[in-house]
Amino acid sequence: MKGARLLVLIWGLAVAGPAWGHAFLERAEPRVGSTVKAAPTQVRAWFTQNLEPAFSTLEVVNERGERVDQDVTRADPGNPAGLQIALKPIGAGTYHVKWRVLSVDTHLTEGDFTFKVQP
Amino acid sequence: MRRTLARAVLSVGTVALVLTAAASAHAHGLAGKRFFPSTLTIDDPFVADELSLPTVFHIKEPRDGETPARQNTTVSGEFSKRILPNLGLTFGGDWTLLDPAANGKTESGFGNLELTLKYQFFTSAEHETIFSVAFGWEAGGTGRAKIGAESFDVFKPALLFGKGFGDLPNALAWLKPLAVTGIVEGVLPSRSGNKTFLLNDDGDLEIEVEKNPKVFHWGFAVMYSLPYLQAFVKDIGLPVILNRLIPLVEIDINHPLDRGFAGKTTGTVNPGIIWAGKYFQLGLEAVIPINERTGKNVGFRAQIHFFLDDIFPNTVGRPLFGSR
Repeated sequence: MKGARLLVLIWGLAVAGPAWGHAFLERAEPRVGSTVKAAPTQVRAWFTQNLEPAFSTLEVVNERGERVDQDVTRADPGNPAGLQIALKPIGAGTYHVKWRVLSVDTHLTEGDFTFKVQP
Repeated sequence: MRRTLARAVLSVGTVALVLTAAASAHAHGLAGKRFFPSTLTIDDPFVADELSLPTVFHIKEPRDGETPARQNTTVSGEFSKRILPNLGLTFGGDWTLLDPAANGKTESGFGNLELTLKYQFFTSAEHETIFSVAFGWEAGGTGRAKIGAESFDVFKPALLFGKGFGDLPNALAWLKPLAVTGIVEGVLPSRSGNKTFLLNDDGDLEIEVEKNPKVFHWGFAVMYSLPYLQAFVKDIGLPVILNRLIPLVEIDINHPLDRGFAGKTTGTVNPGIIWAGKYFQLGLEAVIPINERTGKNVGFRAQIHFFLDDIFPNTVGRPLFGSR
């Protein structure tokens, strides 16, 4: 019985606790490293910590390093750990998403990932 | 005199400032996108506010001379505190149960206390690289002799490193989650040998000398970070728990260098897994001897490790001096 309670506790901690006190990318849309058929109109990203949206940004560039986003990162209204940015019309190719975020406990982290749009 | 003192104070202040500003240190092993977990067997290359409590180790050790084969169970703890953002101090201690000990009885007690000063002198976010130097001091005579605590001090100068492979070209994207950490260390006893005075059956005095060799200790850990894979390379849809696992293998080798022990290498291979959460990580490794001198049986090491900088970001979890 004690063993079962311990397992439940460990499972609860694992599910409830995002990875690390620093904000890292939990998931994104389009997904990290994915290839999508239709060009997305926005990129959304959710992190392992709630963010300070005023100090958190997304940036999307194409293979030539040109910005293809609308330059305004917004907080996800339904999730304090989420960000979103609208894209200009884009075609087939590889796109690079760079993120730089400040978690509510003031840790600054940054990273990047790519996604592809099929021809 | 006063001018000399003023210069000395200025010089200490300048050194402290340089140490503070030299590199942008991060909490518990971050270098750019790379999170280095705390390894269970070898020391970490980074300076952090952290607590390993407990680390539980168990193995059956082979017979060694007059010492019988025995079960060794050790419970240890380590508390690390940043003094400056890149300079930290670690206090370590352990409690050991030997069944049987060298005297044939079951013995238990505390080992010698250990103190380690570590300076992380290089951090590259772009190349996910960390270098640090450390100096450890095992305080002789602070533990119980019957469980093997030595009566002399042991000094341990070390160079440590960590390298993530996130800077590999995209053609090798699946290798980007790989990382390596390692240590090369000298283990330098302050006494070359221990003399024991005994009376034999004839009543004559005999002197036994147990030699204490210098040891070259090295080790490394190879790990593959599933969180890194998911966040930076390709989201393969791993479910919760699995997406925070870091499988790893640690190699830990000791080469005695002198005093009759040269070439008598011992070591272990330690495959295992770490789960990294928000405030703590859990680790479990098998301990596999590399030769018969080290042992014939597989043991284990398990650890709970707390990230104090995330649990107490404004108190215990920040450096005593300098910004974080």
